[in-house]
Parts: sequence; C-alpha cells; structure tokens
Amino acid sequence: MGTEFKNDLHEQHYFRLRLGFSGLVVLALFTLLAFRFAYLQVKQYNHYQTLAESNRISLVPILPNRGLILDKNGVVLAHNFYVYALEITPAKVKDLEATIAEVSQLVEISTSDRKRFNKFRQQSRNFESIPIRTHLNEIEAAKFAVNHYRFPGVEIKSRLFRHYPLGRLGSHMVGYIGRINDKDLINLEKSGDISNYKGSDHIGKSGLEQFYEHRLHGTTGFQQVEIDADGYAVRVLSSNPPIAGDNLILSADSKLQAIAETAFGDRRGALVAINPKTGAVLSYVSQPTFDPNLFVDGIDTENWQLLNESLDKPLVNRPLRGIYPPGSTFKPFVALAGLETGKRTPPFAIHDAGFFTLPGSSHRYRDWKPGGHGIVDMQRAITISCDTFFYGLAMELGIEKLTSFVRHFGFGRKSGLDIKGEIEGLLPTPEWKMRRYKQPWYPGETVIVGIGQGYTLVTPLQLAQATAILANNGVAMKPHLVAQIQNPLTGKSLTSPAIVQDKVKLNSDNIEIVKRGMIDVTLPGGTAASVGANAGYSIAAKTGTAQVIGIKQNAKYDEHSINERHRDHALFIAYAPAEDPKIALAVIVENGGHGGSAAGPIARKVMDYYLLGKLPPVEAIKTDIITPANATGSISTTIPAVVPEEEFHD
Amino acid sequence: MINRLLHHLIKHVDSFLMTCLLFTLLIGLFVLYSASGQDIERVYAQSINIAVALSCLWMVANITPYQLERFAPYLYILSILLLIGVALFGTISHGARRWLNIGIAQIQPSEIMRIAMPMMLAWYFSKCEGKPKVGHFAFGGLLLAIPVALIMKQPDLGTALLIMASGFYILFLAGLNWKFLLGGGTLLAALTPVFWFMLHDYQRKRIEILLDPTQDPLGAGYHTIQAIIAIGSGGAAGKGWLNGTQAQLDFLPERTTDFIFAVFSEEFGFLGNLLLLTFFSLIIMRGLTIASQAKGTFSRLLAGSITLTFFTYAFVNMGMVSGILPVVGVPLPLISYGGTSMVTLCLSFGILMSIQTHKKLVAT
Repeated sequence: MGTEFKNDLHEQHYFRLRLGFSGLVVLALFTLLAFRFAYLQVKQYNHYQTLAESNRISLVPILPNRGLILDKNGVVLAHNFYVYALEITPAKVKDLEATIAEVSQLVEISTSDRKRFNKFRQQSRNFESIPIRTHLNEIEAAKFAVNHYRFPGVEIKSRLFRHYPLGRLGSHMVGYIGRINDKDLINLEKSGDISNYKGSDHIGKSGLEQFYEHRLHGTTGFQQVEIDADGYAVRVLSSNPPIAGDNLILSADSKLQAIAETAFGDRRGALVAINPKTGAVLSYVSQPTFDPNLFVDGIDTENWQLLNESLDKPLVNRPLRGIYPPGSTFKPFVALAGLETGKRTPPFAIHDAGFFTLPGSSHRYRDWKPGGHGIVDMQRAITISCDTFFYGLAMELGIEKLTSFVRHFGFGRKSGLDIKGEIEGLLPTPEWKMRRYKQPWYPGETVIVGIGQGYTLVTPLQLAQATAILANNGVAMKPHLVAQIQNPLTGKSLTSPAIVQDKVKLNSDNIEIVKRGMIDVTLPGGTAASVGANAGYSIAAKTGTAQVIGIKQNAKYDEHSINERHRDHALFIAYAPAEDPKIALAVIVENGGHGGSAAGPIARKVMDYYLLGKLPPVEAIKTDIITPANATGSISTTIPAVVPEEEFHD
Repeated sequence: MINRLLHHLIKHVDSFLMTCLLFTLLIGLFVLYSASGQDIERVYAQSINIAVALSCLWMVANITPYQLERFAPYLYILSILLLIGVALFGTISHGARRWLNIGIAQIQPSEIMRIAMPMMLAWYFSKCEGKPKVGHFAFGGLLLAIPVALIMKQPDLGTALLIMASGFYILFLAGLNWKFLLGGGTLLAALTPVFWFMLHDYQRKRIEILLDPTQDPLGAGYHTIQAIIAIGSGGAAGKGWLNGTQAQLDFLPERTTDFIFAVFSEEFGFLGNLLLLTFFSLIIMRGLTIASQAKGTFSRLLAGSITLTFFTYAFVNMGMVSGILPVVGVPLPLISYGGTSMVTLCLSFGILMSIQTHKKLVAT
C-alpha cells in the first residue's frame, strides 16, 4: 500500500510536470492568437476597414441620355428611345443552351439573334449582361415577365437605344454607335474616360457619333447603394444624377442632303458642299450609303457581308477617304500658280495643235480635243479645258513650284473636318517619288500633273475645300459639319466659330482671270454650258474627267466599249453665285464619264435648292446604261481608289 | 430545507467553472442573435440545446469517476461498432457519411467517440501496472488509430484531428517518452506527403488556400478572406452589437456555426476578443487545476485530456477563422450554434466536475 501510494505521488508529480508544460503551450498559443488579432484589428485596421466598405457599398452607374444629332432645321438625325431587351448573364445561368431554348418558347429568338449573342459573349466577360433579343414588344415583355422566376440570370431590361430615323440619309456624316469592344476599352483607359463609361455599352464608331463622342455621351451618374453578398441593393445611400450629353446641330440641311443623294441615283460617288465664307459644310454625300441602324445592336453576318463585300463599297466614306485624280478640276489652281509666279501674264496665248511635246522628245501629250483648240489664252484655257495650255504651263512651273503653290488650297493635307479618318491625298514631289519608288522624277510626270493626272490624288472634301478657298479669294476657312453644340438642359448653344486656316496671298487681277474663265465654263461655249442654262444666278465651275485606266498612245477612248467600272470618273467643281459665293462644291461620279454631263447636273440641283429653294423636277434620274458589273474584271484596276475603312483614333 | 435541497442539487457542480461556462454561453446567445440576422427563434432553439446540454452536464457530474471508469471500455466498443455501422449503412449528406439512423433518431457516432476515446485511453493507462512501457503506448496508439481512421474516412477531418488530439493528450500526460514525441514528430513530417496524398481534393484545396487565400477569392478562399475582413474591420472596439456589416449583409458564410467568431470579432473588436480569450483561459486554467488535483490515474488523465481538447477546439476554430490555420470545420466551443456539439462539450465538462467533486469520496 505504501509503495503504491509513493508510486502514485511520483506519478502525480510527473503528471503535473507534463500538465504544467501543456499549460505553457496553451498560454503561448493563446498569446499567438492575441497577436494575430492585434495585427488584424489594430495594425491592419484601416486596410480591412476599406475592404469591408467596398464590400458593402457599390456604385451603380446611371446612364446619361446621349445627345441628339439634328440638322440645321431641327430635323432629328439621331435620337434615343427606350426598348425592352432580353439579357442573359452567363455566369448566373447553369445551362445556357437549355435556358435559351426554354426562353425561345416564350419570346422568339432568331438564328441571327443567337449568332449575335455568341459574338458578344466572346467579347465580354462572363458576369456581364448580354442581350439575346432586343426590341421586345409589350406582349413579349409581359409574357416573359410572368415567367421570369423560372429563369434566374435572364432579365428584361429597359434600355436606351440609338435610332437614326432617316436611315441611309447622310449616314457617312452622322456615323453610328456600336457596342464597346476591347479596343475601345483600351482607348478609354488611355484617355482616362473609362470611369465615365461604367455601365455604357455603346460608343461612337464612325462619323460625327465618333468625333463628338465626348460631347454626345454625357456624364454618367452614380447611385451609392448598400449591397448584400449577392449584389442586391439593400438601400440607396446617395445619388448623383447623370448629365445628358450635348446635342449636335449641323450646318447641313437634311432636305438638301436628300436632294443631293437622290440626284446620284444608283451611281457611286461623293459630293461636298461648303459655305466658302464660314467653312460650314452644307452637304456631305457618299454614295452608296448604308443604314446605320444595322450597326447599333451589332450587325449580323449576312448584312455585314453584303455591305463589306459589295463592289460598290458602301461603307467607304468617300468624301474623306476616296482618292481620285482631280483631272481638269485641277486646272484653275495650276492657272493661278502660273499667274502668281509670273510664268503667265494675261496677254499670253498659245497655238494649240492638239498635242504637246517635251523638247527633244517625240512623245505626244495629247489634248482631249483632237486637232486642238487653236489660239488659247489663260481665261479660255480654263473655259474650254485646254490640256495643251496646261502641259506647257506645268512644265515651265516645275513640279516643286506647282505643288507648293496648290498646297495652300488644301491639296495633299488634311482639312481638319470633324470626322475621323481623313486621308491626305497626294501632291507628288521628286522627294516623294524617290522615297516611294526609289526613282528620279521625270519631266513628263510634271507635264501630266498640269492637267490633274499622274500621281496627284485628291479627296472630294479637298476638292470642295479648294473650290471654297478659291471662291473666298484665297482665305481658307476650316470646314466643319457641326454648327452648334447645344446643352439640352439650359438650351444654350455653342456656335462653331469660323476659323481662318490659311490665307493665300493672291493678286485680285489674277484671281479675276481664273474666276472669269470658270464663269464662262457654264456659259454657252464652256464645257458645262448645260449646267448653267437658265440658272437665274451665275455659276463658276470647272469640269473634270479622271482616267481610271491608262489609254495607250494613239488608242481611242470609247465610252461604250469599255467596262463600266473602267470608265472615267466624272468630276465637277463649282461655286455660286459667282459674284458673291454662298456655296462651293465638288462632285465626283465614279465611272460617270464626262464631268459636265454626269456630275454637273447633280451640282446644279444642289445649288438650285440651296440658293433658290427650288426643288428638282420630279423625274426618274436617267442613269447611263449600266451593264451588270463584271465581277471577274480585274479588281486591281477597278478604282474607287479608296483606302480600306478602319476606325480612327487620332 | 430548501437550502439543503439546493445544496444537494449543486454539490457536484464546480461553481467557478460553471460561472465561466454560463458567461461564455450567454455571450454565445447574444452573438447568435446577431449572426442569425436577429432571428430570435434561433436563440430559443439554442437555449433549448443549452438547457439539454446542461442537464446532461449535471447528470454526468453526479456520476462518480469510478463508475465512469468501469463504463469506459463498453462505451468505446459501442462507439467503434456504431462507427463501423456508419461506414456500412450511414446516410450521406453534403458529400460525407457521418450520420446513422438507429430507428428512433439520427445519431452521429463520431460525437460519442469524442467522449469515449479519452475515457478509453485513460481507463487503459489506469490499468497498467506501474510506469507504462513502450508496448502500452503502442497499444494505446492502436486504440486511437482505429476510430480516427474510421472518422477520417467519412470524411470528417476536423473531428478526426480533434479526437486524435484528445487521445494524444492522454498518451502525452501518461508519460510518453520525449524521444518518441520527437521521433513521432519527425516521422509525421516525413509522412506528410503520404498524408497529403490520402486527403480528399477539397481538403487539399483548403490547405492550399490557407497558404494563399487570394488564390481563389470567389471560391474556396472566399470564406477565409471575408472572415479576415470581418475581423480586421472590427478594429479595437468593434462595430457594435448588430452592426457588423460583413455579418449583417451576408458576406460571412457559416456565420452561426463555424465562422461565428468572425461575427463576434467584427462587432466586439479586439477588446471583445481579449475578453473571450480570457474566459476560455479561465475555463482551461480551472480544468488544468482540476486535473492536477485529481486522484487516480484515470481521473487525472481524463481531466487533462478534456481540458486540453477544449483548448484545441477553441484554438483551432479561432485560428482558422483568423486565417492562421486551415478551414477544417470545427465549431467554436460554447458559442457556435448546434445541439450535438453542445451536448458533447457539456458532457465533458460534467466529467470534469464529477472528478473535482468526487475526489473526497475517492480519497476516503
């Protein structure tokens, strides 16, 4: 018993040692916990406090109304309206296919809707809400609303949609908006506007919609809401209303636009009309056009292929990005160069035998009129468009003097119009040729620049602007489409100022000679006498014809034997009234043949309406007999010399 | 008369321990009210759980340690059989086979094993003649390994680890050689890869995410990250009762059970945490005192193991919620909502009180 008791005491002692050790471990570990708590709750408190706040408070963006686009008379070109859209958040849906199949029993979902949905899905994140059907009618919306509980992750949203009520009219000018893509996001991030686009799905993609994006979009409002872990709003803490975007009021008139576009019929081409005194663009036509409404929801594949693969290239913004040889419309500017540099003085005249040869060469630069025009002075050279006269003048001027002079009229550089993507065209110089072709400049190339051929390329906008500068006696006004930017809340508008871009110093006697020549163009004996007939106001103009394919020496150009798309482009520049110009314009009809007969009448209709308010007679527009475009014809020579359309962010 | 009846009623209740328990339970009810989104029904339900558990405590406290000792091997064998029953016929819920339908009710044999395991080992070492030898520890280890393996298979990693801990405390307190401890520790470290291989995918994931919760912020790491945000944003004094945004706005998962500590911590802050740690420490100190004063090997070992196991529960739960231990699914003792664990816990405290209040009887 005694030893057992002793043993027990020994055991108890040993046990207590171990128990004491355990107690120390307990103390140590609890101390560790206490330090952990102190670290989290005292040292890192601010950090976790912030995290908890951001967990709890969510900013819900409220989209602003996008600004309207109106013509000068207040006719709506772009506006917004609310439509019901059925949207799916893929992350919240278990079986996407099954859900869509079930939903489609309630609300019709077409194959193109599906295709578009799949396209958007690839471009967006899983937790973003993606439209599967838009423009639901009231019945469809109600039908789905009743069954909403069956489809978690599918929701009906009332969305502001952009709509272009006039459709195809002026679509290259107005442009369109489309869904924000990755590239847009990167740009928004760069420009620091990304936070203003929280909740925005759309952004201007072309035309004025793109250029004035920052004015049209408006400022996104925010609601600060307390949310639970599932993201549902529990209550609103504060609210910051959105500010609607500004309205754009154009200097163009939709009626004039309609007249101009109708005048083209189904021919391709471009027209730009400018007020020479202010730079305000009065009409901006690119034919054929397209319906911008197709792009708002994301264009479907079939329509896209139709537009993109059409030989007529309806998506090309021709006034801005179509490049053409100016042809004879270049002559008034070359003439001015000759007069201003003193290479030509008024009594100077040539005897035109129908061709020009360079000294020591037998190559004949032919006049358009076989046999020539006889005695021709400067004024008459313009009126009858004498090639021989300008061959010699160009030669004497030399390419450098010639291009550096006409550059003042806006050729070879951007005009600064308020649409992105403008291209510069081309005024060739020996340096340019060396850079581009690694070849020296040949004198013969100078000769043909004199009549607007060769390497020279201009855009319709440049041609119109040059005409406006000429009409305005050398004062270049910056062209602009938007006349006023209007704040929709206050109704106050900001008028686009008339900005003097450049001033060409011109002798008034010299300019008078050129203008006289141009006025005579629309008078009997001129190349566009029919355009000026019975106008009731005086028109100064110049016709032009630009070769699409080269014609061999001694070969004859026969309008009817040639493929329609290889026919010459018809060009026409004009301003009126000649004594006090109010409108200056350039018209290009692709493969239209002669400028006076194909492009001139279009210009006349525009001027008639603009100056006199006269509507063109109701008549079917007589188009040249057009054989169906021979699609197998060599496409490389089928100029509309256009640069592929891209998006521009300069 | 009434005084004598009262005396008779509470003579086997350790008043110091009981006071600490009641305070902690009360804190638990307040936290539960907040954590459940102010659901008073939950608080009633938990009050009933507590009442049942305290009755069990009182009953066990009135049983002598001697009776418990005799009962120990039978309880152990019964528990093993039930665990085998679970493995064969158990009902599956949430991907784990933990429950057994015995006709009248669903029971969770692993909970019974929490009590049975330390009792069995304490009984076994009390039967050893003199100082336990290597063989005794080896056999003790085997007695421990069988139920742990069965529970791990269910799988219930949290309970398995804690039962392993409770058995290990007996072995340690019974005098397991330090060499073995160190050797075992080394062996365990060496076997970690094997152990890792045996774990279920979700268990592995939990450990991986413990090391870096940001790895999966919306998935498995979500619990830990949200809990840490709750604790950290509580600050020194807390956001105040019912004002914890993390808890009230549903960001905290399992917030009435395993993660209730995050709710407490968010609303009562660092000071509240220290208070809770203090209560836990008092309970543990009292338990260790009872163990050190206990008469007889069985009582001593059992009291020590029960106390250290209680500590382990508390430490593992607070450790996992505050992000220093993996999420193993262990409730916070006395605070978390749940009937079964409350009863098991109070049974073990009943044993402690029995040991404390019956030692004079044993001594005479």
